[in-house]
Amino acid sequence: MANLFSSKPKVLSRTRGLWAEAAFQKTLSISALAILVLLTAIFLSLLIHSSPSLKAFGLTFFFSQTWDPVSSRFGALVFFVGTLLTSFLALLICLPFSLAISIFIGEYFREGILSSILKQVTELLAGIPSVIYGFWGLFVLVPIVRDLEIKLGILPHGVGILAASLILSVMVIPYAASISREVIALVPSDIKEAGYSLGATRQEVVTKIILPYAGSGIMAGTLLALGRALGETMAVTMVIGNSNILPHSIFSPGNTMASVIANEFTEATGRLYLSSLIEIGLLLFLVALTINFIGRYIIKKVSIRA
Amino acid sequence: MNREKTRMRVIKDWVFVAVVVTLSFLAIVPLVLILSYIVKNGLSSLTWEFLVELPRPVGEKGGGVANAIVGSFLLVIIASLPAIPLGVSAGIYLSEREGGRLSFLTRLAVEVLHGTPSIVIGIIAYLWLVIRMGRFSALSGGIALGIMMLPVIVRTTEETLKLIPDSLKEASLALGVPYHRTILKVILPAGLGGIMTGVLISVARIAGETAPLLFTAFGNPFMTWNIIKPVNALPLVIYNYATSPYPEWHAIAWGASCVLVGLVLALNLTARIIARRWEVKF
Repeated sequence: MANLFSSKPKVLSRTRGLWAEAAFQKTLSISALAILVLLTAIFLSLLIHSSPSLKAFGLTFFFSQTWDPVSSRFGALVFFVGTLLTSFLALLICLPFSLAISIFIGEYFREGILSSILKQVTELLAGIPSVIYGFWGLFVLVPIVRDLEIKLGILPHGVGILAASLILSVMVIPYAASISREVIALVPSDIKEAGYSLGATRQEVVTKIILPYAGSGIMAGTLLALGRALGETMAVTMVIGNSNILPHSIFSPGNTMASVIANEFTEATGRLYLSSLIEIGLLLFLVALTINFIGRYIIKKVSIRA
Repeated sequence: MNREKTRMRVIKDWVFVAVVVTLSFLAIVPLVLILSYIVKNGLSSLTWEFLVELPRPVGEKGGGVANAIVGSFLLVIIASLPAIPLGVSAGIYLSEREGGRLSFLTRLAVEVLHGTPSIVIGIIAYLWLVIRMGRFSALSGGIALGIMMLPVIVRTTEETLKLIPDSLKEASLALGVPYHRTILKVILPAGLGGIMTGVLISVARIAGETAPLLFTAFGNPFMTWNIIKPVNALPLVIYNYATSPYPEWHAIAWGASCVLVGLVLALNLTARIIARRWEVKF
């Protein structure tokens, strides 16, 4: 009798189980789809809201250096130049350091306390919020740059492209070093040993065998660092001086694509003004996307080979 | 002649090591400088009042950042509520279906989302929420931060679950446990440590974000728990006060930096401890 009574709920629970199964599967696919939809929506929103400026200025947006909210004429050349200058200068400054760190961790000191300290510290560097870098840059780095400018006899702004590049270079070191150190550690030992057996010194093995072999991986890391530098907002905004005039040297104040958005978005009153800022955002999105893709592509190729 | 050449090569070798070691440790110098500077300037303004009082107008001494601490807390909660479940379940999907077109595209979307500059996410939250609601709000800031959390959670979840051996899943299925219960009761608990690490790392990432909050959460000198009102956040306080001309406000910004860096480092450290303790090992 007991069996008879208990059999009914069992059947019920089985159909409920099937239903739960289907619901579970559906939830999973929907959440995966949701992320895809989210990204598409982000892109479309940016595109739609920047269309007034796209229509009004077309290609001249890229080549004009007038940024004039009063007469509603907008061109973003100043900000492109600012972004490119600061990012590439930052990469240039950071490369020797990030390469040294990767060689240090990937080749010279693979284990041991020194390399683990170095690893932890670079990870910490990546974790510090960018507004703190900006704050520190404003109060410590900018006065140093100003002193340098006084010594060189140029107009002492302190803030400007150089200060922004310096603070950026500190911020991107962890990103540039993270991939290259792994790729350097992955260089097969037989080709290194072949080098040693021919009588090469360690320096020769590093510069003539390891670095060329790891070249594309180092390149990928550098690209990721570049993507990071291009989109960095707060630290740059705080130390770049926010001037909408085309910078004529690395000491002059400027503005980057991200910093102009940060500075002017809340005060953008006209429709065209806001839409121009959103167009800059769209370009930033597309550039970061492209760089990330190239970087990932190179990493994938490298990891297949290794 | 030949000997001379060899000696030069050996010297070059030594110089090279010296350069590598020096440059590596020079790269650490900024971190040491930044941390010591923050501690030096921040500790003096870190008092109990600083943590529980509201900011005061310029010229008055004292005042604190209680509203910003509450605001940051609110923003993290609002961001986590949608981002954690969505991220984890998308991560499960990706780890369960390695191939497939949707997995490929979603993985790509996660990569792109991860690389999207934070200021762009801020614009999006402004367009989607601030314009529609007609006001700056904690909700819009939280959603912006939630979008930034997503890719980190999805990736760590996927990577963690992939490490769990198939035999575990097969054993559960062989015992007649339905698929969804296998995932929820066997696979997820086994990977819980990794998922929690991902969540903590993503919280650490957004806790210090300023750019997406500039035109969403906006900042607010008063205390509020209302999520459709503008709120303050620690990074916003640092930005607004650091760029102000008043030394009293700078002192508050240093104090707030101290709190924020402490918070972010503690989160990262906890994440690392959890990762080590609950490592997926079979």
